[in-house]
Amino acid sequence: MIRIGKTAKAETLAVPNRKKGFFRTLGGQWQLMVMSVPMLLYVLLFNYGPLWGWLTAFQDYQPKLGLAGSKWVGLDNFKFLFGREDFILSIRNTLAMSLINLVFGTISSILLAVLLNEVRNRSFKRTVQTVTYLPHFLSMVIVVGMAQNIFSSNGIINELLLKLRLVNQPVFFLGKGEYFWWLVGVINVWKEVGWNTIIYIAAMTSIDPSLYEAASIDGAGRFQRILHVTLPGIRSTFMVLLIMNIGHLMEAGFEIQYLMRSGLTMKYSDTIDVFALLYSFGSSRPHYAYGVAAGMFKSVVGIILLFIANMTAKALDENTLI
Amino acid sequence: MTAINKPVRHKRRDVVFPVVNTIILCILMFVTLYPVLNTVAYSFNEGMDALKGGLGIWPRVFSIKAYDELLKDTAVYKAFLISLSKTVITTVLNLFFTSMLAYALSRKEYVLRTFITTLMVLTMYVNAGLIPNYLLISRTLGLKNTFWVYIIPTMFSCFNMIVIRTYIVGLPEALVESARIDGAGDLRTFFQIILPLCLPVMATVALFVAVGAWNSWFDTYLYNGSKKDLYTLQYLLKMKLATTQNSSNAANTSAEALASSAKVAPITVRCAISVVSAVPILIVYPFLQKYFVTGMALGSVKG
Repeated sequence: MIRIGKTAKAETLAVPNRKKGFFRTLGGQWQLMVMSVPMLLYVLLFNYGPLWGWLTAFQDYQPKLGLAGSKWVGLDNFKFLFGREDFILSIRNTLAMSLINLVFGTISSILLAVLLNEVRNRSFKRTVQTVTYLPHFLSMVIVVGMAQNIFSSNGIINELLLKLRLVNQPVFFLGKGEYFWWLVGVINVWKEVGWNTIIYIAAMTSIDPSLYEAASIDGAGRFQRILHVTLPGIRSTFMVLLIMNIGHLMEAGFEIQYLMRSGLTMKYSDTIDVFALLYSFGSSRPHYAYGVAAGMFKSVVGIILLFIANMTAKALDENTLI
Repeated sequence: MTAINKPVRHKRRDVVFPVVNTIILCILMFVTLYPVLNTVAYSFNEGMDALKGGLGIWPRVFSIKAYDELLKDTAVYKAFLISLSKTVITTVLNLFFTSMLAYALSRKEYVLRTFITTLMVLTMYVNAGLIPNYLLISRTLGLKNTFWVYIIPTMFSCFNMIVIRTYIVGLPEALVESARIDGAGDLRTFFQIILPLCLPVMATVALFVAVGAWNSWFDTYLYNGSKKDLYTLQYLLKMKLATTQNSSNAANTSAEALASSAKVAPITVRCAISVVSAVPILIVYPFLQKYFVTGMALGSVKG
């Protein structure tokens, strides 16, 4: 991010018009302003505007009274949240599901990228890629519908387990809370593994081929070449993605959880977002303030995590994001 | 000696690995496609029979009744039209504004460049959350229960902007310079010279935006849940999901449940809607593969 900023600054300094003064230059660039200021205003309204709503986290917010008329209650909403078991559980569920997603999503996509990188037949490689990209384009509603067919008591998974005599009777994957995290993990990996290889494969194609040749001359076999050339070659990509993903650890998503949850699984399925949604809209009298407080907690922790990850990477002398 | 021996040893390995690799990738393709084919099989199966479950990738009792039912249902038509217009309008407006912004932020001489870029990039990490967004869109702006709630809040994505900007930066600078010497301003340079050259990256971003718009159901749920006229296809599907959920959670599909279910079991209709709503995207994306792969790689590296 800053790297972009730095070069930009250096280049603006190099522009001779600089001497004319900021506003005269800006006046000369009115066409560029016409092209960019509408979106700037849009982002200020839609991305930064809602941040004002965070104030309601410190209020007994009444929609009728609005932000100005509602009573200020300090940290009461947060005290309420942390006194509730279901909120604590939702933090646990969020972290558990995003960690499962991070670990298995990363491992599986690097593995697949390595395997694809070793394929010499171009049309076969392309076919595998096209097929594995497919689930990324399906909506979560469709995917959850598919999962219900596959994992139902008479679906293919249970049929396989029964046939292989691993179980005596069908397993209720969808109705047992204990399975929920792993089910979400499996579905997410299935949906995104192909798509996530794109970045790794791009990093692999930029590896200097002479490194592979040199490794071969030194007697490295295929696995040693993968281990000592391919994997180090994607290291910086991996680090940047890891930092980004750590910044998003509090975002386990809510679409899949919301669509798959039921009364039977709620102890394991409800993430912070689902919690906020249910508390804000679930009852007849909306409790927006709890939802706002939960969302605010999530965002602030997310940003802190991002900075910690970035600082750790910097301390380890790795590529960093910021 | 070793120079002669080595290739021989490698040759044996080089036969084993590709074969194993090919087998693994074929299994992976099967695992990827199985749920999709399974859904298609359900959609073409006879309803009562489908309730028994256990379908593979081929219908047991072939029937097009589910599709027949869809064609008769005016709600599906309406939802299809809403989804289509939502997708088209969102994509066109989004591309128009995002590409203009991307061009402006690609101009190194633009004095507001650093400021605006920083603000835009920060949106990827700062998110006020669900409820403040809801309050802004429904209360402050009054977009609830309107068609525009599908369009206006989804107009900008920083990632897409970076993808387009990276592409524009990669174009020869001489294009802009010569246009400027000919007296063209930035607006004209962009629309007449740069934009036509951006077709590949525009196709990529159009795909991303269109897929997002077409696949979303939550906006309908949150803002237009009480407006039947504004239901989208994905939302109809979501409601069908809720009705079939209970039967798949139950231990056994009891005889009464079988008897009480309608002639067309909801599961076959649900799968038919899934197929109908997925087909447009699944036809398009393989043709754009070359473009979106480059676009994704560019955007992520520079982002």
